[in-house]
Amino acid sequence: MKLNELTAHELHEKLVGKEVSATEITKTVYERIDAVEGKVNSYVTLTREQAIAQANEIDHRIKNGETVTPLMGIPIAIKDNMCTDGVKTTCSSKMLADFVSPYNATVMNKLNTAGTVMIGKTNLDEFAMGGSTETSYFGTTHNPWDLERVPGGSSGGSAAAIAADEAIISLGSDTGGSIRQPASFCGIVGLKPTYGRVSRYGLVAFASSLDQIGPITKDVTDAALVMNAISGHDAMDSTSANVDVPDFTKALIPDVKGMKIGVPKEYLGEGVDQEVADNIQQSIKQFEAMGAKCEEISLPNTEYAVSVYYIIAPAEASSNLARFDGVRYTYRAEDANDLMELYCKSRSQGFGPEVKRRIMIGTYALSSGYYDAYYKKAQQVRTLIKQDFEKAFETYDVILSPTSPSAAFKIGEKASDPLSMYLSDICTIPVNLAGIPSISIPGGYNAAGMPIGIQLMGKAFDENTILRAAYAFEQNIKDTLKRAPLKG
Amino acid sequence: MEYGIVIGLEVHAELKTKSKIFCGCSNEFGGQPNTHVCPICLGMPGVLPVLNKSVLEFAMKAGMAINCEISRYSKFDRKNYFYPDLPKAYQISQFDLPICKDGYIDIDVEGETKRIRVNRIHMEEDAGKLVHTEGYGSSAVDVNRCGVPLIEIVSEADMRSPQEAYEYLTKLKSILEYTEVSDCKMQEGSLRCDANISLRPKGQEEFGIRAELKNMNSFKGVLKGLEYEVKRQTEILESGGEVVQETRRWDDEKGVTSSMRGKEEAHDYRYFPDPDLVPIEVDEEWIQRIKDELPELPDVRKKRLIEEDGLPEYDAGVITASKGLAVFYDECMKGYHNSKVVSNWIMGELSMYLNENNMEIDECKIAPAQLAEMLKLIDNGTISGKIAKTVFAEMFASGKDPEVIIKEKGLVQISDEGELAKIVEEVIANNPKSVEDYHNGKEKAVGFLVGQIMKATRGKANPALVNKLLKEKM
Repeated sequence: MKLNELTAHELHEKLVGKEVSATEITKTVYERIDAVEGKVNSYVTLTREQAIAQANEIDHRIKNGETVTPLMGIPIAIKDNMCTDGVKTTCSSKMLADFVSPYNATVMNKLNTAGTVMIGKTNLDEFAMGGSTETSYFGTTHNPWDLERVPGGSSGGSAAAIAADEAIISLGSDTGGSIRQPASFCGIVGLKPTYGRVSRYGLVAFASSLDQIGPITKDVTDAALVMNAISGHDAMDSTSANVDVPDFTKALIPDVKGMKIGVPKEYLGEGVDQEVADNIQQSIKQFEAMGAKCEEISLPNTEYAVSVYYIIAPAEASSNLARFDGVRYTYRAEDANDLMELYCKSRSQGFGPEVKRRIMIGTYALSSGYYDAYYKKAQQVRTLIKQDFEKAFETYDVILSPTSPSAAFKIGEKASDPLSMYLSDICTIPVNLAGIPSISIPGGYNAAGMPIGIQLMGKAFDENTILRAAYAFEQNIKDTLKRAPLKG
Repeated sequence: MEYGIVIGLEVHAELKTKSKIFCGCSNEFGGQPNTHVCPICLGMPGVLPVLNKSVLEFAMKAGMAINCEISRYSKFDRKNYFYPDLPKAYQISQFDLPICKDGYIDIDVEGETKRIRVNRIHMEEDAGKLVHTEGYGSSAVDVNRCGVPLIEIVSEADMRSPQEAYEYLTKLKSILEYTEVSDCKMQEGSLRCDANISLRPKGQEEFGIRAELKNMNSFKGVLKGLEYEVKRQTEILESGGEVVQETRRWDDEKGVTSSMRGKEEAHDYRYFPDPDLVPIEVDEEWIQRIKDELPELPDVRKKRLIEEDGLPEYDAGVITASKGLAVFYDECMKGYHNSKVVSNWIMGELSMYLNENNMEIDECKIAPAQLAEMLKLIDNGTISGKIAKTVFAEMFASGKDPEVIIKEKGLVQISDEGELAKIVEEVIANNPKSVEDYHNGKEKAVGFLVGQIMKATRGKANPALVNKLLKEKM
């Protein structure tokens, strides 16, 4: 296998054994990018020179006897809504097409400390609003399993880059499923940590009470390694939790004997593809064969989750995106005659239709006279959804469901039907509303050969239990897992 | 018809914490434009606010001094509106759960104490400033003030005249100065006041339609703006018209208010809890610790000056209204025994020079101990009360010790009877007409002769001795 096809932990062993250099790894990754990026469009910006320089420096340090830590010299792709000092952060929007952040997001500082090598910034739905990357100003990203299909979204670029071997590990952000759904569409692993586990400082906010950064990787072990690097309290983020961070790799035990797994019936109802439902039944059998106990449960308020989400997320977004007003670092309309026109034209021309739609929904939901009926009510129902989970976790260790009601759909299939696009977030949204951690791992493939993901949800700040279940499952089906068939 | 006036005030005070409310930038006033800034107060993409704990403590302190209840649980909200001086396009403020509520301030109205209720005090961040350059065709933004911590103190509509509003504002300022939470300089904008004012027919319970008054940049401006509004609204009502609910701008130069925006143009701020900040929880222990830090407040200090120092109520009121003056007074009393004399000098010469020079007491070069020293020099006859005024003027200008000034300028009082007697005799000899007038019962003539003696001694003659010698020798 080529270097770029390996996982971070496999490359780490080679680096420790001095079989390869960080520079070789990085160069191999760029060779792959040169071969396939024209078809996939994972990246908005490539940072080739900077990456080679970073890799050289790592090699120099290794040569000088420095201990090779787990992510040292590992090429990483960063979703382009995380601020990177001196490198463009576009959020895949015309509005920020030329924006260069003057500071690093906290995760970037942490990754630099860990010694990763940033390959580039990946494509996303504009401001992370979407589930297909089709709303990106820089064009759609294509699914490496089938270029006619979407990679999912909004972290579609990060997921496609990993599935296409254009990076070893990557970061995504997840507001309503934006890490897990593309991971499932691309047949790889995506973990949304507990809200507050990873600092949001430097993540361009979509919906502040839901956003969370997390890893998208080739396997569960790499997800745990990235979690070790990026987790922890940050004084710059009031909502980051001041709790102990465990060693996530300690959870990588292939044993789920006695583990109690709840399977909510609401996640397998109408609108879920038969093949996806069948895959869950098969996964249940596998877990049971490994000694876990699976039971059907009910999370009764699930049916309200999409409605609640599409009030809260746009409401927060309408406020978060108000700063993009044409006055400072954003796109500015040329033909404005006064201040009001500058605002209106810059925002009309700078934002795409999906972003505008959500700003309007959110503005409406917060308007005087509607606040109580929409935003306040949504927050109340959000509490009920959270309580559903808390109650379930009194009995169950893990909750299992599909990650998405379907496998990756065709490009353009849902682009003109926002409602059906919103409804496809049904399995992932409740997790964000509840603030709990959740991981998507490959569960199998449909008849068309597209990956199907399964989702494992856990208690707040108990990523280790879902990592353990995910790892055990992954080890169990390892031999059946496939690679994206994309040729260079 | 006779009308009753109803006034409520909304006062913004900048808190003088070391750093801004949500970032580590300097909170110092001024500075070159856009130098006290960072990605956070510039509202760059991805940044997050973190509450400066001192801001919370300053707000609690102010609240306690204004007799408020401190909320055990409060939160921050976003107030959304577009303006170029507001980089995030929302201001972080407190909407329905402010840090302090239900307080009051007692003011003196014609010798009576009147209680003005304070509805709430909340914390928020200040916006930046637009700099409009004439003829340049564009405006510039200075973001230094963005994120400067503010408290907004909202009174109930309890004031019944512009004068009461003025008294309330004065008292509020002195409380904030005492607690050292704000500089309270209206000219620099560290204290800003908006007013709601309405009229209603005498005897009517229900409030009339109000106007909100903005842009009053001094205490006098508040008084004049409100007085103007009373006149304007009275005229409208007298002529059978109706006051329009609107925001009006006070023009200090022209002395008039004019409409800024009507009720229809009022913003919908779309307040909602700021998801980037966690709710604020304050426990009893914390509240007690802040309470223990509270200094002596104006009302208590005033009572002490009356009861312990024997000052007249008026004097005690004037001196304690300004923390600076009150501290100056207390310091001065450490070196001198007579409170009334100290108070006379503070309310007289000292206040006069400060006003003339548009200075605050903390900029004054005279140390309280120096004034005490000067007062002692009057008492022991080194200088006369009149010469003391000259000495004081020089002290105010140079900050030199009184002894040094007296020595340099040769201002020591002539109390030598032999020396003075000679001068007295000369003056008598040179002014026979006045002496004759005196003998004819015209007491006024004495004054003229004393004046002549003072002129001859350049004011240094001991006045008591001069009087005695004059009468003896005539």
